[in-house]
Amino acid sequence: MPSETFSYPVLTVLTFWPVVAAIALGFVRSDLNVRRLTLVASLVELALAWPLLGFQKIAGFQFVEIHSWVEAWGLQYYLAVDGISIMMIWLSLFTLPVCVLCSWTYIGRRIKEFHVCLLLMTTACVGVFSALDLVLFYVFWEALLIPMYLMIAIWGSDDRRYASLKFFIYTLAGSTLLLVAIVALRIAGGTFSIPDLMQQDFSFRFQFWIFLAMGIAFAIKVPMFPFHTWLPAAHVQAPSAGSVILAAVLLKMGTYGFLRFSLPLAPAASEYFAPLMIGLSIAAIIYGGAIALGQKDIKKLVAYSSVAHMGFVTLGIFLFTVRGIEGAIVQMLNHGIITGGLFMLIGTIYERSHSREIEKNLGLGKYLPAFMFFWGLFGLASFGFPGTNGFVGEFLVIAAAMDQTINICGLNIPLIGLLTIPGAMLAAAYALKVLLKLAWGQPSSAAGKNWKDLNIREWVYLVVPAVFVIYLGLAPSGLLSTIDPSIEATVQQFEQKTGTGQPLPLGEGYDSAALTDLSQPEQRDANSAGIQRLAAGFDAAQEPKL
Amino acid sequence: MSNLDLNFNILALLPELGIFLLTLYILAAIIAGAGKKPGAAKCVLATVPVGALIVTALSVYGLCARQTMFWGSYEVDALSQFFKLLVAAGFFVAVLNARRQATLEEGQRLDYFLFLSFSAWGLIMMASANELVTIYLAMELASYSLYILIPLRAESRGAAEAGLKYILFGAAATALALYGLSWIIASQHSTYIVELAAKDWAFSSNPLAAMGLTMFLGGMFYKLALFPFHFWCPDLYQGASNETAAFAATLPKLGAVVVLVRLATLFNPGGDLANIVAVLAGVSMTFGNLCALAQKDLKRMLGFSSVAHAGYILVGLTPGTPEGLAAASFYAVAYLSMNLLCFWVISRVAPDGRNLSYRDLNGLSKRSPWLALSLTAAAISLVGLPPSIGFVGKLWLLTSAWGHGYDWLVILLCVNTAIAIFYYLSLVRHAYTEGEDDPLRGAAPDTGLFSSLGATVLAIVVVVLGVVPAPVYNMALEAGLALLP
Repeated sequence: MPSETFSYPVLTVLTFWPVVAAIALGFVRSDLNVRRLTLVASLVELALAWPLLGFQKIAGFQFVEIHSWVEAWGLQYYLAVDGISIMMIWLSLFTLPVCVLCSWTYIGRRIKEFHVCLLLMTTACVGVFSALDLVLFYVFWEALLIPMYLMIAIWGSDDRRYASLKFFIYTLAGSTLLLVAIVALRIAGGTFSIPDLMQQDFSFRFQFWIFLAMGIAFAIKVPMFPFHTWLPAAHVQAPSAGSVILAAVLLKMGTYGFLRFSLPLAPAASEYFAPLMIGLSIAAIIYGGAIALGQKDIKKLVAYSSVAHMGFVTLGIFLFTVRGIEGAIVQMLNHGIITGGLFMLIGTIYERSHSREIEKNLGLGKYLPAFMFFWGLFGLASFGFPGTNGFVGEFLVIAAAMDQTINICGLNIPLIGLLTIPGAMLAAAYALKVLLKLAWGQPSSAAGKNWKDLNIREWVYLVVPAVFVIYLGLAPSGLLSTIDPSIEATVQQFEQKTGTGQPLPLGEGYDSAALTDLSQPEQRDANSAGIQRLAAGFDAAQEPKL
Repeated sequence: MSNLDLNFNILALLPELGIFLLTLYILAAIIAGAGKKPGAAKCVLATVPVGALIVTALSVYGLCARQTMFWGSYEVDALSQFFKLLVAAGFFVAVLNARRQATLEEGQRLDYFLFLSFSAWGLIMMASANELVTIYLAMELASYSLYILIPLRAESRGAAEAGLKYILFGAAATALALYGLSWIIASQHSTYIVELAAKDWAFSSNPLAAMGLTMFLGGMFYKLALFPFHFWCPDLYQGASNETAAFAATLPKLGAVVVLVRLATLFNPGGDLANIVAVLAGVSMTFGNLCALAQKDLKRMLGFSSVAHAGYILVGLTPGTPEGLAAASFYAVAYLSMNLLCFWVISRVAPDGRNLSYRDLNGLSKRSPWLALSLTAAAISLVGLPPSIGFVGKLWLLTSAWGHGYDWLVILLCVNTAIAIFYYLSLVRHAYTEGEDDPLRGAAPDTGLFSSLGATVLAIVVVVLGVVPAPVYNMALEAGLALLP
């Protein structure tokens, strides 16, 4: 059902309902009522999203809302969703109530401010994934930083000041150049509207620079391999709910940015940089896994595993095939569910043992069977055990990578695919290692025997992701059919613009001759039929149309 | 030409008249001896904010007035009315802010507000001055009153030092401007900006005029605290009382911006003068931000931050388009509102009038949540993060300068944003996360209704203008289009 049949603008309501709830929190006195009100508000938010279930499985944007914002500059209040963003919005919406529940006893001070931060973050998350105006997108993109910063800096653990500052400066410094790219796109394309800009072709030189300017912002957010150092610090110090939002939603904004901006707006540059991005993704997969294997802190382990998982996402995106991007989006969703679940589990065990060291939490299988059940489930899903959702995403990405063969000494070798295998093996190693120790290790202290197993509240917030782990693992077709049309359209448009007749830019043609071809932008330009607007170069940008 | 008549129309001069009458009113009260009777002084002081509010209302009413007066030297146009409203509104906030000044001696209160409104009067006239000598006179009127205000901080040697520095630097800068003015007259035989706009200002063909204008601009750069005319700025902020610094940091800059916007019509896009302005803007923002990083005193930090913001504003003057001028004017609104907010919080956190360092903000979120929240809004806006007026202002500056040969300046501005994050964020960091239980090192923050309400209202202005910038921006754009059709 399109949005016209509903009497309210769904996306606007979803975006700003949490703000209304946050204001309402100002009038509530007792801590318990603050928690209750936020929980109710988050459930109402989910109920308000009901019309989104009527999302039609077609490629175009749906639930469109366009209003003029600043006419003089052509700024629009432009919200809509398509197959790429709808799943991310659902993920954000489900994250909120779960976060409220997992902070119920974890957060013991400044409760009102904490919940205001949670609600404002949800607003920013929904806004980022539904905004189709560049400036509006940037507003939500940056608006997320302050509440996230406060969440780590106020409610984090001992080293919170260092971690929060690093997070803030790293991500904000990265996105300042995104603003330059937005301004450049406005002047060159004459509009801030993303769908309109997608229709245009820019010169390779222009694409080259905006890809770099945007790419740094997105790569830091993902985070891709050399830019990942803020993530373990932030994850380890953040409170449980902060880690969940960080893992489930915030990291996805980076990969979403690549899909929504880099591929459609700078296709030729994306293709040009693809070998680099693929190389960095593989580095992240192997490096993240290897570092995770050596961690003693559970949270750090999961944080580094995030780096590896997000490596699969960026790998899938930069294969430029339907299967690769499909895998990337599924992996984005799965990583949000699985890692979110793991972080909540870490939160529950931290509330009991007051330690995140693996050594302090050994041998829980006997005393906390329910806890270990969930840990086992999410742990298996995290390394892509068949039957769990982790398998679907990882399988799709690896399958897409295996399609890309490189001609070495006359043999077509799927080099990229082969390189991801050690990463997948490392994932199994670290996930099983920690599972083994937590479940069957020698209990490190007698205290563990007195810990209570999960209570009902904890059951509730763990069952939610667990259901999705199993459901998406066994029946991913509904998910795939929702996201497929948009992905096909994106890939089709990409191929049209780059002029690659076949969908595999790194396919059979990727021999030494093609390599020189790729490395010489002028030549690429001349060869690419899709890039027509060579004349409208980087410098000769048009006057703003006012 | 009808433009070169007297064309006197009192209805077009309501803001000027309003503030002039307010000045006369305070002066009359002083002459009548109200300063010696505490009761009478209190009565008069209570009416000053009301007077300032009336002036603001008159400025709103006068927004649509258009007239060229006094033989073409005084231009009542969209730009001037826009800035008059800003000065009047800023003056109103500054007066409210200065009302309970702890470091001002009782006997000097009336004099203080007299010179405050004198200065605002000069600034309001600067907005309309369309001729170099008129500009100069209005600027001096605004400056001389300020010279007297700066040292008015009880028993503070720092304030005396700041006052002296401001006078000496100011004298040198205005002398430079006057000297430049003589060169302009000698080479171009006119002081009317309208006539000067048609003349040649290239260094190669008309070096005398270009040098003269550069020197004249130096006088404005001094008011704006642009590198390398900024040396007085951090010292003055630190030395003067918090409330005086709130005025000196915001309103005189508006006067400088409006004159620079008018003079920007003389720049050729890509010409020598535009290039000089662009280079100074780039150096100023980088230098200001790097210096601000190292500061511990809040006002000193804000001093260097305003050096950086002066650079940001000039970015709008380089492309030579109406959008650029509008962006600079809009950023002046942003600068005014976020700095007034910041100084409001500082003045309230130190009700005893002491200077604050970052450490004094520790635990502010507990002691006064509203002030802490408002300070956060100010910090977000000063960094240029959405949703705030600072972000929108920066976005217009970037968009107007891109594609006009100053792309490097746009990139430099964004890099500067990244540099500035740290020290602005430190405000939030100290208010929310550091040493929540540290003992106070002076008077407790003023958590009264007046204090919290004022901060909240200013914070709402900063945020709302960031979300709904169109009405204000359209006014600025109209002003820009009137100057560069």
